[in-house]
Amino acid sequence: MKIQINGRWYEAREGEMVLDVLRREGIDVPALCAHEAVEPYGACRLCMVEITHEDWGGWKGNVTSCLYPVEDKLIVQTHTEDIIELRKTVLNLLLARCPNSPEIQKLASEYGIDTTSFVPREDADNCIMCGLCTRVCTQMGFNAISVAGRGYGREIATPLKEAPPDCVGCLACVKICPTHHIQYEDIGTTREIWGRQFELVKCKQCGKALITREFADYLIENRDIPADYFDICDDCKRSGTARDFKKLVHWEEKEEAEEEVSA
Amino acid sequence: MECEMKIDSPDKLNAWKEECLQKDAKLKKKVMVCFGPGCLAAGCREIYAKFEEILAERKLGDITLESFKKTGCHGLCEKGPLVVIEPEGIFYNRVRTSQVKDIVEKTLAKGEIIERLLYKNPKTKERVLKYHDIDFYKKQTRLALRNLGHIDPDNIEDYVMRDGYQSVAKVLTGMTPEEVIDEVKLSGIRGRGGGGFPAGRKWATCRGVESDVRYVICNGDEGDPGAFMDRSIMEGDPHSVLEGMIVASYAVGARDAYIYVREEYPLAVQHLYQAIDDAKEHGFLGENIMGTDFSLDIHISRGGGAFVCGESSALMKSVAGEVGEPRAKYIHSVVKGLWDKPTVLNNVETFANIPLIMNKGGDWFRSIGTEKSTGTKAFSLVGKVENTGLIEVPMGTTLREIIYDIGGGIKDGRKFKAVQTGGPSGGCLPEDKLDLPVDFDTLTKAGSMMGSGGMIVMDDHTCMVDVAKYFLKFLVDESCGKDVPCREGLYQLHKMVVKVTEGKASEADLQLMEHLSKYIIMGSLCGLGKSGPNPFLSTVRYFRDEYLAHIIDKKCPGGVCRDLIRFEINDKCTGCTACIAPCPVDAITGEKDKIHILDQEKCTKCGACYAVCQFDAIDII
Repeated sequence: MKIQINGRWYEAREGEMVLDVLRREGIDVPALCAHEAVEPYGACRLCMVEITHEDWGGWKGNVTSCLYPVEDKLIVQTHTEDIIELRKTVLNLLLARCPNSPEIQKLASEYGIDTTSFVPREDADNCIMCGLCTRVCTQMGFNAISVAGRGYGREIATPLKEAPPDCVGCLACVKICPTHHIQYEDIGTTREIWGRQFELVKCKQCGKALITREFADYLIENRDIPADYFDICDDCKRSGTARDFKKLVHWEEKEEAEEEVSA
Repeated sequence: MECEMKIDSPDKLNAWKEECLQKDAKLKKKVMVCFGPGCLAAGCREIYAKFEEILAERKLGDITLESFKKTGCHGLCEKGPLVVIEPEGIFYNRVRTSQVKDIVEKTLAKGEIIERLLYKNPKTKERVLKYHDIDFYKKQTRLALRNLGHIDPDNIEDYVMRDGYQSVAKVLTGMTPEEVIDEVKLSGIRGRGGGGFPAGRKWATCRGVESDVRYVICNGDEGDPGAFMDRSIMEGDPHSVLEGMIVASYAVGARDAYIYVREEYPLAVQHLYQAIDDAKEHGFLGENIMGTDFSLDIHISRGGGAFVCGESSALMKSVAGEVGEPRAKYIHSVVKGLWDKPTVLNNVETFANIPLIMNKGGDWFRSIGTEKSTGTKAFSLVGKVENTGLIEVPMGTTLREIIYDIGGGIKDGRKFKAVQTGGPSGGCLPEDKLDLPVDFDTLTKAGSMMGSGGMIVMDDHTCMVDVAKYFLKFLVDESCGKDVPCREGLYQLHKMVVKVTEGKASEADLQLMEHLSKYIIMGSLCGLGKSGPNPFLSTVRYFRDEYLAHIIDKKCPGGVCRDLIRFEINDKCTGCTACIAPCPVDAITGEKDKIHILDQEKCTKCGACYAVCQFDAIDII
């Protein structure tokens, strides 16, 4: 099927969301809570676009492109006056929530907002409540963190705000966080995240810390990975392979030399 | 329960109804003690206990404890506790436990009327003897509330006697699901939860979706401050809700249905469980209802008290055991709802109307109300009116008729200022909108909405900015916080309204508030955010002067916002000393018969002196 974006026609596939097409085609629409690893959510509202269709009798609407499924001949406008003003308002509000976040500052300034018109949050942190961390945690199968509370007091929290029993220290939440809010620390062979400490598995060859014991065990048990897979780190595995390869090459050279001699 | 058998045919149902009627006819008198929310608060439990106590010692001939019924809400909550004596319809209000003995000895034993317990018409000051002669009731048309106050909600026989479960018999044994849907479509009934979507169309769409499983849900998560229509129906007539749900489930092809009810309504939960048990026992629920192939179970899902769970998609998540958060509804829940299956969700009041539509026909129903909003609507009329309570009027009734004819006008002869309809995200309408007919479309056009039926009347001592502040705070607290415009936007909007009430806002702030409101509406994910700025927008639309008075003159015309008012004692003061003791900070001094003095330094502007002064001697400036 084809959809029209800002006057040009693009190919779209059944089951895709409008944002998938926008991203594939490199059309610049901001989105802070959408990530290909997780289901769309619709929390940041930045990816809103205007849609219409020739069969809709002139009806137009504003929808979040991350959640709107494509349909044939859908007509999309990504930068109408109202849409731009909405993004400005959202960024203005986010800047009040997270005044110190470089990512939010940069995005807001792209939309011409350098200081917020609203009251900045006291004790502000950099969490924009996009929910990517909780969704990826669910997707990984752990459900170690969740949203707690509601309204302005909503927060990302561990059960009872204690060290989360279901966390395996995989760092998926850290890596997906768009504002680098979630922190962790690796000291020696210990990892600390969400107030819980994990022992890291050391490479049997080079001694480098790799992955938490809990995460390794989870993967071995659930993802059809050999039990000794995490004994040696990727680097050591690679250099091992390289060594073997070298031996092979040397062996061939030796063979050839012997053949020549015998000839 | 005498009737142990399953009612598996219309004939059996009619025979049972006849039996119940005969049994009822044997009761020479019936004493209906209102157990509605208002009367419970006013102490009806003690009244009932007193009747029991007296009856235990005193023989009254035909009148036994069976004659005493704990009913649902009679409606005139202002005057509770209420006791109605049938068949005469003698209406006793504000009954005290000390008066119970009199009722037994005089009215029940000798048929004498106790004058001082009768309702007094606030306008004519005359006592009114009978229920139906009271203005409050005379002007109402009670359909959804038809049984409230007339039956014991825990007694299925009372319900059957008043045509209960007749529609189930009629529909299951004589109509196809399509015919049922056509009848509902013909009636024109629109969803009473506030959305106003035509119920018949909803049912038809759901039935039309290819699926092995479909669900029906009743939304009993009424959470608007001051609203208790659904609560009263669930408490006072739970079988009518079940009956409507059975018909709906048959029409759309559901095998399981759910009632989502707030945990804060313990009596509703209790009565619904009882009703489900009784309905099951008599074969109105369970396998092969009315001897047909149709089977249905109704389950109760108890909500934890989040306002946003009244939103359909959040409600379905909550029923499924997930966090109650709305989702985008680009795919409607009639197609993909509870557990991703096609789901019909209607409100308590909508379901309560369904049996009537089935029994009397869609044409009959659409003859009531207006062309586009058919039937009646229940409202909880609260605030500064003489007769607060639960009412039901035909659609198209004007606000003026509701407030002045039924509500008896503004309390204490004060002046009307505004009426708030549609719950927290509804809006406030001023005096010149009083002649608007109440229906779905008119109220929306005027900047408010029908909502589920909350109606709060305000007098001239109300500050409209303060009202906006109150409702915005409610929404800030109740927003789930999922999306940015609703979570951050409403919070900032509320902060700015607070700034207005403190006299610290500028006209530029007002512009920013209007701008922000526009984009909260455009950007929010669910109905809560999309209507969230309404408390501000409707008040600024109709009472802009009041905002400007706060901003420019630094005055609060309603005399409410503490930062902008001060209390002063004028020369009407008689020196009665009544205001001295209530002052919590000892700011008032004075001797008897001399004008008192108020120390502005000490005064916290709590208004305690103003409330007790009988001589209008305290001015709010």
